[in-house]
Amino acid sequence: MNILVPLKQVPDLVEELEFTPDGARLDTTFMSMIINEADDHALEQALLLKEKHGARVTVVALAVGEAEEMLYTALAKGADEALLMAGDFEDGVDSHTIAALLTAICTDRDDDLILTGCQAVDDLDGQVGVLLSAHLDRPYVGLVTHVEPVEGGLRVHKELPGGLYGTLQVALPAVLGILAADNPPRYVLVSKVMDAMKTAPIEELDAPAGEGSTGFEIVHMDKPEAGNAAEMIEGPPEAVAERLADLFVERGILN
Amino acid sequence: MPVSEIDLYQTFKERAYGMREGAMIKQCIQCGRCAATCPFGLGMDFTPRKMVAALRAGEFGNLLEGHGVWMCTACYHCTSRCPAGIPITDVLIPALRETVLIHGRGAPVEFQNALQKVMRYGNPFGESPKKRIAWTQEAGVPVNILQKTRAPVDVLLIPECYGAYHQRGRHITIALARILHRLGVNYGVIGPAEKCIGDARRLAGEFGLFELLVRHNAAQFDKYQFKLIVTLDPHSYNAIKNAYPRFGHTYPVMHYTRFLAEHLDDLKPLLTKRLDYTVAYHDPCYLGRRNDEYEAPRALLKAIPGVKMVELPRNRGNSLCCGGGGGGVWLDSYIKQHVDTDRPSEKRLKEVAHHTKANMVATACPLCLTMFEDARKLLGYEDTVETADISELIFESMED
Repeated sequence: MNILVPLKQVPDLVEELEFTPDGARLDTTFMSMIINEADDHALEQALLLKEKHGARVTVVALAVGEAEEMLYTALAKGADEALLMAGDFEDGVDSHTIAALLTAICTDRDDDLILTGCQAVDDLDGQVGVLLSAHLDRPYVGLVTHVEPVEGGLRVHKELPGGLYGTLQVALPAVLGILAADNPPRYVLVSKVMDAMKTAPIEELDAPAGEGSTGFEIVHMDKPEAGNAAEMIEGPPEAVAERLADLFVERGILN
Repeated sequence: MPVSEIDLYQTFKERAYGMREGAMIKQCIQCGRCAATCPFGLGMDFTPRKMVAALRAGEFGNLLEGHGVWMCTACYHCTSRCPAGIPITDVLIPALRETVLIHGRGAPVEFQNALQKVMRYGNPFGESPKKRIAWTQEAGVPVNILQKTRAPVDVLLIPECYGAYHQRGRHITIALARILHRLGVNYGVIGPAEKCIGDARRLAGEFGLFELLVRHNAAQFDKYQFKLIVTLDPHSYNAIKNAYPRFGHTYPVMHYTRFLAEHLDDLKPLLTKRLDYTVAYHDPCYLGRRNDEYEAPRALLKAIPGVKMVELPRNRGNSLCCGGGGGGVWLDSYIKQHVDTDRPSEKRLKEVAHHTKANMVATACPLCLTMFEDARKLLGYEDTVETADISELIFESMED
């Protein structure tokens, strides 16, 4: 089985985010970037499938932020091949364009399975997998939490509203939007990443022609406004804990 | 496909036997002192003795899949008592852990998370590096941040991650900063560029990450002028004293208890407030058993007016581990799954309650303090036994 996993760099929320002067974009000058969490799970799921059932895993990313380091880490974890797409991505890339770029790449490949993260934390759009499956005319299942090969395709678990899970059978080739892998993403030793940097080359390619449009334009971005519905409990930990305990009793959560 | 067991065994042997005294593992006489002395020996599927037996019996795969490797809190009891001189804590366990991490499975998730965060942010809490100096805002005394001032100092203070980020640990750092200020010591901290000193990464078997941290921190140390490094916690003291020199980076370093003990004549006149505590001193593993520092903390406690110091039944080299070292501080629920008895920190506080008349346990390590704070709450000792770092008691005695 050939598996393709697109990986996306998103802002690392450990630092405060800043806007550009026009207020329409995040200021990326000092922003550090990190792998999108759901994409990390997609990679883990691909590696688990490889270990249990055998597969060739390819990772692909746009040359944004710390993409190279992310790809070397993926190779160190067990991916077989890494592709880095160079292009003019400085002003950000929307999900439709990413899907168009990936479609162009996938047309020349014969992947049985494409595992995307089900959503990226930067735009919360969740459309890349959906669009890709439409462009390639393959089935798509999103919010996937488990994947196993069965006769004729894959059996997957999908999270449904209301705390429910569904089990679906999907024919290959297919596109899945991964919410969580069967295991949490693994840690990879620094020495293995270093080895990957020395021995496992990243294949660089120019971004293929392909453009999409979400049809909307970001006019202005704002930080969330503080509402007044929530009670912010402040003070030393003992006082905070006491107030919380009172609240739990008040609301009937504790007796 | 997964790496074969034979390849993994080869990797382990190359690592372990290539380390200092690592080949001593072959000399194991299977006496079992390590297992008997281990705080978690009862709950380990593979105790250190059984680990060596498994190596000899070709049971390597089972050993890697087991939980024994992850129960070790690096307390050094086994190493200090091994008659064959096997470096169990520094070589056997870390090399096995590394092999499990290479294998890609079996390491507890909490443990991997801590490694991941140190790798990315330089601290195991996943906090912003910028916040490493947040405590200086609360210190109430000026703190010289060398990244900003580049001024020469006598003492380079290393708060380490617990002292910089952890709420209780910050309290210790602040107490120590205030003491140094009152003593008129010309001291400073590096600033946000200080990273995890790395001893727990070394003991975790993440040798590559440890080496990166050594190189990073040594490059920082080399940028500034200081005469002595003083550490807040015994683990960073141990790393800078014993492990950094192996990478060619040697610095004069003291744990703060030794530094203050050497300034006792200047310190004593400042200790004006009587403290009505009967204090049991808990020797931290990496200050006492690992680095033979037993006297300085005791001298400091005895210098505090009003403090009556008592010894715990298991003291000095026999001190019981708090359970927080070697990554144990992250693994409470994992360890509890396998040993459903009192935690070492709970055993220790029961020792205080049942065998001494102490109303205060003093220690000199932020990990011990964190573990004891939790144990007090679990045991319902909050009204009977208090816990403090020695620096906090000294500062309390300075207040008018």
